[in-house]
Amino acid sequence: MKQKQTARVLSQREIAPDIYDMWIETSLASEAKPGQFLGVYPKDRSTLLPRPVSICEICGKTGADIAAAGAERGNGEPDVRDAAYPVGTDALRIVYRVAGAGTREFSAYRAGESIELLGPLGNGFPLFPMGTTEKGAGKKVFLMGGGIGIPPILELAKQLDGGKAEKQIILGYRDSALFLKEDFERYGTVYVAAEDGSVGTKGNVMDAIRENGLEADIIYACGPMPMLRAIKKYAAEHRIPAYISLEEHMACGVGACLGCVVKTKEIDHHSHVNNARICTDGPVFEAGEVEI
Amino acid sequence: MNTEVIIAGVPLKNPVMTASGTFGSGMEYSEFVDLNRLGAVVTKGVANVPWPGNPTPRVAEVYGGMLNAIGLQNPGIDVFLERDIPFLKQYDTKVIVNVCGRTVEDYVEVAERLGEEAAVAMLEINVSCPNVKEGAIAFGQKADALFRITQEIKKYAKQPVIMKLSPNVTDITEMAKAAEAAGADALSLINTITGMKIDIHRKKFAIANRTGGMSGPAIKPIAVRMVYQAAQAVKIPIIGMGGIANGEDAVEFLLAGASAVSVGAMNFVNPYTTVEVVKGIEHYMEQYHVENVTDLIGAVS
Repeated sequence: MKQKQTARVLSQREIAPDIYDMWIETSLASEAKPGQFLGVYPKDRSTLLPRPVSICEICGKTGADIAAAGAERGNGEPDVRDAAYPVGTDALRIVYRVAGAGTREFSAYRAGESIELLGPLGNGFPLFPMGTTEKGAGKKVFLMGGGIGIPPILELAKQLDGGKAEKQIILGYRDSALFLKEDFERYGTVYVAAEDGSVGTKGNVMDAIRENGLEADIIYACGPMPMLRAIKKYAAEHRIPAYISLEEHMACGVGACLGCVVKTKEIDHHSHVNNARICTDGPVFEAGEVEI
Repeated sequence: MNTEVIIAGVPLKNPVMTASGTFGSGMEYSEFVDLNRLGAVVTKGVANVPWPGNPTPRVAEVYGGMLNAIGLQNPGIDVFLERDIPFLKQYDTKVIVNVCGRTVEDYVEVAERLGEEAAVAMLEINVSCPNVKEGAIAFGQKADALFRITQEIKKYAKQPVIMKLSPNVTDITEMAKAAEAAGADALSLINTITGMKIDIHRKKFAIANRTGGMSGPAIKPIAVRMVYQAAQAVKIPIIGMGGIANGEDAVEFLLAGASAVSVGAMNFVNPYTTVEVVKGIEHYMEQYHVENVTDLIGAVS
């Protein structure tokens, strides 16, 4: 169930210019799914509305989660997780860009400080696509993130079953200030594109697909609108499903205010017009369902 | 302690309602608050047919508040009667339906359809949405137009009629008096105040509609002033709203002359606000030994 709560910051650091990486101890972790997001409230009351911030990674205190964390460390390989990973704690990781007064306030939070959260919000990525009963079984998967759309792809990459799905992770950056790349390398083959050509493929994630001759049965993506439009077009041409995560200015985050709608191809079941609510019907949509 | 108030003959267990458009039809917030605790749920505006609303971005944050230009997106009266009314019927709270339209006939059609619904306690007529180009606001900014539409709706409405007034007028008392003279059973105010925000980095309007309605704590002093002025000018009850965040804010509106209050934008900031306002009013009544909440109405001096 969604709730607003006061949680506690476990750690925070800047991992690229203006990109912050925060772990938060919160009971919301036990319900959170990849692709969902949090409303994070500034404490400064001149900035009232919750900031929608995607969930980057979920850590749980249940036995299964601890076993899974252990399995990731298996195969005799050394544990490559850094000290910030809160093994055995119900915690959520957010990785966000400082974009204004609210996120600037969050970036100053230190371990032990409180943080106001609403969540978990949104539908999340479908883990059992196209009739499969196992997470991504038998599929060649593109996991694509562009810029600050990279973080929500991480937990998805973690939860798709690597033994069954072939995970091709394509990350698009502005420049050589890469972030989260090493985290992704734990879950699949990572291809990098940078707009300035300083690292990987020069250009965007679509250029990286072409340059590396990659193919997929299914796409999961989050990133800026031009990237999502290109993915929608690519998916339609290749007749494969693409689950894209959208963003829009929001107020309530729970589907009441109708502030964050996206145009839909068909009449939406809830609104009865060609609009779906990104906060509750999304943020993840199959690309063919939305007009972007 | 008695928190009951009576608006146009309808008893409410307490004076706390939701402001139209900030609470959907209650479903979304029922996950956070017990709707049985509220005096009334005022629904999102409903028209005779589905409305698609405005392009995005529809919302923007401003200092101490927000702007919105949703454009009254709604699924239309058919879906509303099939889905939203049965949902709200499950709760021990009064249902007030906000009605919107482009023409007088639109409003009348919805009012007539709702007349058959016993579960609907009152109608709130939205003639003050600043974000819809046709109709709507035109009725709410000229006293003679407000008089005519109020009179027309009163002919057909089976439930008491609340006229929701726009603050975007020179003299709120003129509008309040016109609605009262036309037979309105109650008034609600204020709707949002027209505002604008510009993104200086992109040199673009922050909201696709260019202008949006401002709400939130930053507008509260304006709302309190208008509620006071309207209460001085008319005898019908007033539902006060504008930036109410807690029980103390609600008491301020009651003292200014409101018989009930609505919680609006603050639902977005804290989804538990409505119930906290109910508790806050009770706390104030205990603290100051107020026996009946009605003793507070217009008690400022």
